[in-house]
Amino acid sequence: MSRTQLVLTADEGRMLHGADGDGVALAMRVVVGLSRAAGASRLVEVTSAHVDSCLYHGKVSLDFATRLVELGASVRVPTTLNVGSVDLLHPGLVRTKTDAEREVALKGRQLMSAYLALGCKATWTCAPYQLAGRPAVGEHIAWAESNAIVFANSVLGARTDRYGDFLDICAAITGRAPFSGLQTDEARRGTVVFDCGLLGRDFLRTELAYPLLGHYVGSVAGTENPVLVGIPTDVSEDRLKAFGAAAASSGGVAMFHVVGVTPEAATLELALQGRPPHSTNEVSREVLRATRAELSTFSSGRLDAVSVGTPHASYAECELLADLLREGPPLHRDVAFYLSTGRATMAQAEQSGVLRILESAGVTVVVDTCTYVTSILAPGLKNVMTNSAKWAHYAPGNINVDVVVGSIHECVASARLGHIALDNSLFVEGPP
Amino acid sequence: MMVQAEALTNGAAVGSTIRLTEPLSFWGGTDDSGRIVDPHHPQYGAVLVGRVLLLESGRGSSSSSSVLAEQIRSGAAPAAIVLARADGILVLGAIVAAELYGIAVPILVVEPQRHADIPGDLVVRVRASSSGATVTW
Repeated sequence: MSRTQLVLTADEGRMLHGADGDGVALAMRVVVGLSRAAGASRLVEVTSAHVDSCLYHGKVSLDFATRLVELGASVRVPTTLNVGSVDLLHPGLVRTKTDAEREVALKGRQLMSAYLALGCKATWTCAPYQLAGRPAVGEHIAWAESNAIVFANSVLGARTDRYGDFLDICAAITGRAPFSGLQTDEARRGTVVFDCGLLGRDFLRTELAYPLLGHYVGSVAGTENPVLVGIPTDVSEDRLKAFGAAAASSGGVAMFHVVGVTPEAATLELALQGRPPHSTNEVSREVLRATRAELSTFSSGRLDAVSVGTPHASYAECELLADLLREGPPLHRDVAFYLSTGRATMAQAEQSGVLRILESAGVTVVVDTCTYVTSILAPGLKNVMTNSAKWAHYAPGNINVDVVVGSIHECVASARLGHIALDNSLFVEGPP
Repeated sequence: MMVQAEALTNGAAVGSTIRLTEPLSFWGGTDDSGRIVDPHHPQYGAVLVGRVLLLESGRGSSSSSSVLAEQIRSGAAPAAIVLARADGILVLGAIVAAELYGIAVPILVVEPQRHADIPGDLVVRVRASSSGATVTW
């Protein structure tokens, strides 16, 4: 098979050969290695980076960051950090009972420090798009973390490919990424259409519609770019966040279009770049009812815990939960309730009083990390409810729990009762 | 039999093939011992250590690079990965493991039709270098 020849600028060649130090040279070897594998003809300058390599996955994570620090590297573009393995603001939350847990807590913290030493910002969130200074339409960036990638491409109209760990920090250090994949116009074309009109406006105004739709669309679209038709034009960013995170987990979706909503989809024709789609699919409520059943590993009985905020809850989502908990019966004493969010959002909630309402209702607020990547839930907590399709997809494998997907309203109602209470009337076919 | 491939990372390996019928996310989908732990995956429970992995592509989380690199470091990785579609996330894991530990796990791309021709559960030889790549059995 023929390979595209990668051509570097004079500056890039100098970086590769060590003119800016051995750390930059190592980072450049990684960027160039990926560029060759991706068949890129050149590199592209990026304006920001979001680093996901700060989550501890074993010795390699720390070895790589430490090597970069030792070689004197530092970031040359503004760089935010994804979640780490430790809640630095609530250090007691992550268990350290077993050797493995102690290793993650200790090495995870060392890893987080190494990334700060490389010049990254202590944002510790999987939702960097909730922070100020987010990239504009058309900006080339290098973001990692599948939900951040799909949000940046689809909702912000910025351009990042689906990079893995290591490339993120290497792009931040070199200011370069491969000019390939979703950095280019061609790869951003919508290819699979999903007509959501049958679902009806009322259904499409519910929270639960979006994680379920995302999971379903991702499982059909795989790594193609879905185009949604029939979504209300006032759909919120939080709904699109839930949709994208689910589609990125169940498939490999890194870009989607919502006609009339997202920046590159003013019309269906623009989203498709004037070409016919590979397929057109109609989505029914019955399909989404089945999606909920498929994502859930149980559906009734005792509830041990609730986990919401994956991806990290926005301020509006924290506020909604506080509104639901402000009045009404207390949470059942045997149910633990976790909310994951960014430290910046928690600070805002603290100032407004929302945090106090959540905490006095018995919610444990987790920042800097997430409840399904590290040892936070107590070992006895087996039956867990979440409003996140992404959490439901990964948690059973990661932390050995059973899971039910429900709306935030169903989560709160179930947490009050101490057992699962689902409202399946939502899925009864109604008028469009 | 031999199929021509494209080398995404260089290296050589001999191992028994295992074909995955759906894409796999290494992160969340495999554990430290190289076993598939995603209950939704059709090959749930399969152990990938030392195998020549035949799969269409990776899937999902960008953290799969770290998981593959860690498996390469600890000896729990596949011996080689033969894809039908280039996957930069897996490539990064292999590049970094080669940089840090000098262990080369070849990752190849074979065009989809020929990819389907490679038999499962058979010992094959994989070679990948900048001058070309092959899978032979």
